Order: sequence, then C-alpha cells, then structure tokens
Amino acid sequence: MAEKILIRNGRLIDPANKVDREADLLIVGEKVAKVGAVDIECDRVIDAHGMIVAPGLIDLHVHFREPGDEEEETIASGSAAAVAGGFTSVVCMPNTNPPIDEATGVEFIHRMGRQARKTFIYVMGAITKNRQGVELAEMGLMAGAGAIGFTDDGAGVQNTAVMLCALKYAAMLDCVVAQHAQDDSLGRSGVMNAGYNSTVLGLPGIDPLAEEMMLWRDVQLVRKTLVRYHAQHISTAGSVKIIREAKEMGLPITCEVTPHHLLLTDDAIADYDTNYKVNPPLRTQADIEALKQAVKEGLIDALATDHAPHLQSEKELEFLAAPFGIASLECALALYIEALIVPGVLDWPGLLALMTYRPAAVIGVKKGTLGEGDLADITIIDPDAEYVIDADKFVSKSRNCPYHGRRVKGRVEKTFVAGELRFSAV
Amino acid sequence: MAKQNQEKFRWDRKHLLGLKDMSRQEIEFILDTARGFEQISTRSIKKAPTLRGKVVVNLFFEDSTRTRNSFTLAARRLSADVVEFTKKSSSVSKGETLIDTARNLEAMGIDIVVIRHNAGGAAKLLSRHIDACVINAGDGFDEHPTQALLDVYTIREVKGTLEGLKIGIVGDIAHSRVARSNIWAMTKLGAEIILVGPPTLMPAQVSRLPVRVSYSLDAVLEELDVINMLRIQFERLGSNPFPSVREYSHFFGLTVDRMKRAKPDLTVMHPGPINRGLEIESEVADGKNSVILRQVANGLAIRMAVLFLVNQGATEQAKKV
Repeated sequence: MAEKILIRNGRLIDPANKVDREADLLIVGEKVAKVGAVDIECDRVIDAHGMIVAPGLIDLHVHFREPGDEEEETIASGSAAAVAGGFTSVVCMPNTNPPIDEATGVEFIHRMGRQARKTFIYVMGAITKNRQGVELAEMGLMAGAGAIGFTDDGAGVQNTAVMLCALKYAAMLDCVVAQHAQDDSLGRSGVMNAGYNSTVLGLPGIDPLAEEMMLWRDVQLVRKTLVRYHAQHISTAGSVKIIREAKEMGLPITCEVTPHHLLLTDDAIADYDTNYKVNPPLRTQADIEALKQAVKEGLIDALATDHAPHLQSEKELEFLAAPFGIASLECALALYIEALIVPGVLDWPGLLALMTYRPAAVIGVKKGTLGEGDLADITIIDPDAEYVIDADKFVSKSRNCPYHGRRVKGRVEKTFVAGELRFSAV
Repeated sequence: MAKQNQEKFRWDRKHLLGLKDMSRQEIEFILDTARGFEQISTRSIKKAPTLRGKVVVNLFFEDSTRTRNSFTLAARRLSADVVEFTKKSSSVSKGETLIDTARNLEAMGIDIVVIRHNAGGAAKLLSRHIDACVINAGDGFDEHPTQALLDVYTIREVKGTLEGLKIGIVGDIAHSRVARSNIWAMTKLGAEIILVGPPTLMPAQVSRLPVRVSYSLDAVLEELDVINMLRIQFERLGSNPFPSVREYSHFFGLTVDRMKRAKPDLTVMHPGPINRGLEIESEVADGKNSVILRQVANGLAIRMAVLFLVNQGATEQAKKV
C-alpha cells in the first residue's frame, strides 16, 4: 500500500490555485491526496510549523555538463544539487560536449536523470547541428524523444534566416524555441559588460546592444511566425523594454532572469575575480532596477539560475581565459528572497509563482501546482533561517560561486519529488 | 620637497601592479627614488650592490624588446640575478596555467617577478598566488605602470612639474594600457588630460574618466604642453576602426606642419616603438621637441627604483609578520 505522508501546520502557498493559508497536506504515493485538515493515520508526519509548503521549484536553465565535462558536474551531482536547492524539475541545456543535437542525446540525459533519482530532468535540444548556427538540428526527432524546447544556449543563432527557419519549423512540434540573445559581431570578443568598469580594467566589453539587437530581431521573427519564444537570461534595461513592447503586442514571448543579474553589477569585477565572469555579463545598477521593475510588472515569466559549474583550476585562469559561469543552484532561493522579497518587489506567492507554475507553462508542462491529485513535487522552506553560504559544502561538484560567504535568509528544508523525500536539510 | 617626502614616508608595497590605486605621495616617492638611481648609469662602473643575491624573473608572455631589456639591465645594475622566461600565452585553457608557471619558478627560489601578459589583470592574479614580489610590465589593456612612471619622470625633468599642464594622449586609447596608466599618474600629479583620437578608438564611457576627450587633434593642439603619441597597435585592432593608415595620419599624425601651430616648447613623447610616418613624422620624432630617447634612458632609472622599492616593501612586510 502506498505510503501516506502528512505535512502538518505549514503555510501552504500554491500560487496557481491562489492558495496561501495554513493547511495540512497529505501525500499518498506519488500524489497530493488532500489539502486542508487531515485526520487519518499516516506512515509519517512532518511538522512544518513556521515553514512554507510550496510546489516543487522549477529551474528552466541548468548546465549539468554531462556528457563531456563530468569533472565539472554530472547529471547525478547536478540533480543532487537541484533538490538541495529545492528544485524538483530542471531543464538541462544542450551545450555539452558533444552537444545534445540528436534524439540519442536527449534519451541519454533522461536516462541518467532517472538513474540519479533526484529531480525531474527536462532537456532542451540544440536548434542547430553542433550548435553551429548553420543547419537545423533534428528538432522533430528530439521532440519525439521528449525534448521540451530548443536553444543553442551559450551562443545565439546569428543568422536571421536560420532563426526564422527554426521558428517556422518549431510550429509543427509545439515546442518552445529559446534564445541566448547575443549578436556575436558586437559581443564575441568581450568578457564583461562594456562600460566604465571594462574601460578602467582594460578588458574587452560586451555591449548591451549585443543582447538587445538579437532580442529585437527575434521579436520581429516571432511577430511573423507566432511561435512560442523564450528569451533566456535577459540582463539589460533595453531588453526589458523590448520584452514589454512584445508582450503588449500579445506575442507568445516569455523570458527569464537569473539571480546574478538581479543582485550583482560589473562593479564586482574590480579585482578581476573570475567568479563574476558570466555570460550575459553582469551589468549596472540601472539594469538591476529595470529587471526588478519588470518582475514587479509581471513581465518576467520565470526565475532561472543558469547554474554553470566550472572547475576551480579553470576559474583561476586570467580573466580573459577563464570560462563564463556561476554555480548557484543550491543557494538560488535565498538569493531570490534577497533580491525580490526583501526589497518588497514580490511577496511569497509572487516569488513562488515565478519558480513553479509559470516556468512550467513556458515549457508546456503541467506542473508547479498543489491541487488534490497533482504530482507531489513539494518544497518545504524555512523563510526565517539565516546562514552564510558556504560553497565548500555544495553537493555540486563545482565551487565557482561568488556568493560564498554571503549572509542570507531562507533555506530549503525538505524536497519531495513524486511523493518521495529526496532531500532533507541536516 | 623631495627630501621631506622621503623622510615622512615609508614605502611598504611589495608589488607594483598599477597606478590607479596609488597615492600621489607614493608616485612621487618612486620618482624621487629614481632620481637617486639615475647617476648609476652615468658612472664608469654601472653597478650597485642593492639587490645582490636576489633573483629577478622576467616572465614575458608577449613580445617586448624595450621593456624587457630595460628591466633586465635595471636588475643587473642592482646586482640581481636575472632569469629570462619568454612564452607565448594562449587564450585557451590549454597547457600550463599562469599560476602553475609562476609557482614552478617560485619553487626554484625567486624574489621578484616582472610580468608582461596579454590579459588584463594577469599581474594582480599572479600577486594573489605567489609570495614573490610582482611588477606589472604591462597586462592587456589594463596598466603599464613603469611606462607611465617614466613618462611623468621625464615630464617633471623637462617642465619641472606636472601641475597645471595640459597633456594630450593621442591614438588608440581603447587598447592602450599606457594611456590608462598615464591617466592615473598624470591626473594625480595635477595635470589635465585630453584624450585625442577617433571615436572608434575610445573605450566605453570614456567621459567618466577624469579626462577631456577630443576627436580632433587640430582643435586642441595649440593648448597642449605635452603630447604623448601612442603607437597604433595593428595587432590589437579588431574590425577596422579607421579606414586607412593614410586617413589616420591625416587626422591624428604629428607632422612638421602641426608642430608649427603648437606651442614652441611642446614636449613630444612616444612610448615606442614608433611607426615613423604613421602617428609621427620622422622630423618630429627626431626633432628638438622630442624626448623619446630620454624616456628610454629614464625608464632604466624608474625600473631600478621600482625593483629596489618592491624588494624593500617585501622586507617591511616580512618584519610585520
């Protein structure tokens, strides 16, 4: 008989169903059996007094480095990091080595994810073969193997005709096409935001226009094709404006923002600390304000980590040579709390909406809700726990985290995936 | 003034990474120290025992003749042993890393690393990972502090002071570490900087630097007391920032003709190596206003001073521990 787990006395927040009240939640087997007062014999009872009981968090943007760079992260280690961060579903990017540009790659990721038995793993396949931006990858066969969308993440599709073709083709697959918007002719040689700091540090810059030009172009392509399009990790005030206009036109466009683009500016690079080297680069305070305003207005559909693990030895290279990326899966929730709840941009239901059912909608998956009969993906959060982020304790294989040593508030206590307790804070 | 400076001030830096974070007092202290070393080069026995038994490594990841030779000679004049280490750096993460290279050298027992590298911040990175003193001999577009020090030293020699001078820096500002170090040093010493060049060779948000910017050399030429002509570094230029060498020279070349309109005592500088006929005409480079070779001679005194001071700084810091 299926196990019965009762989560009692928690503050149940289920944004999709507009629920925010103290309630018990009964898990039977894989499903949520009952929400409200529960008065039956259970195999296990968890007291969630003072805690938030939320739908499992969903991250649309992670790099688990397998296949190819297993020394940085594996699907197993990344999955463990995900549940430790409260994420019950993640979307793996295809810029592995080799890239995921065929159905076999998609199947491989799914298989390794099932074996890891931690979080649900979804896959975006590459838009183009070998992520070269030239020929379409087998998007249809990948969709058949379960890919929920496509992106050449790490780079944008430079050629306008290729991107138009990809969007048109995706219309028959009902998959989202996602873009790392960056015009290489403006940004390829850069390693940080082009601005005062790059000038003073003598480092080649990436102009905000590099992102905005491609994003604007893509909006025009979506206007023509009306295919679902997702702008990954937008980072500039100009991009916010473009998204706002696109949404006002009623186009099927969604977008995400990362914790680092909400919290950090390029001022942090003053000492050439490569843990702040990330793509798109850290911008300015004005960009942070614009992104927060966008969150407040509801223009942002999802909060996504862009968890990008790298070896310490690689990050110890010269700033020019070090790889782009920040590892943040395990501390992401606390960072969003700091960026959005503390300054009053969002309340808890608002924050959790952007981490649950709304990202699920971006990839067309019915998840992120806690109604009776829904899959029991549940994250229990202690909103008041204060602690210092210690990257050395990450279960991720990598330590490239600029938040190491940062005092934060809000901790993931327990993570259930399909009714099974997959993570519990010690 | 110089003497006073020396009495009050105690040098305690073991690295020379850049001038941005250095005080006016520190910069003046280096210049004053260099003056003391200048005469060594004019003696018949061109040697002092200051760094005897110390090992200086020239760790050069980028082509350089002038700066490397200048450091080598400076170190030898102070009786240090000099190891030359030249390696082409690659921008990919293949092969031995900068840190590993330096740690290997350090294991052999070295005291001072002079580093030239194509990546901005390389000197800082190195200083965080090794115990030896680090002297930045140019890193990417970041800084080239000894060049700027010898520039201000030369200006002080010619003009007496930098206070109130108008100094033009002409050329590829965006890709120039010399320009950046010059801006920091010269403004701290009281000069006004005017950056001159086409907009395509200006870095992002240049107006936020403590400088004036002019896209026209002719518009500002007559105001200038000092002009520093940067070398056009073809190897650093990406997509053509100007249509042709001819057009560049037409607008920004320091010609005999332009010299006629400049102040008669305009001091003409160039960090070298010069592209004759491109940014500067031969008659001007070799003319009476030019201090280009004096810069080279002064470079030696500056580098001796810097080698001496970082070594002293290391001793000071060791005492504190």
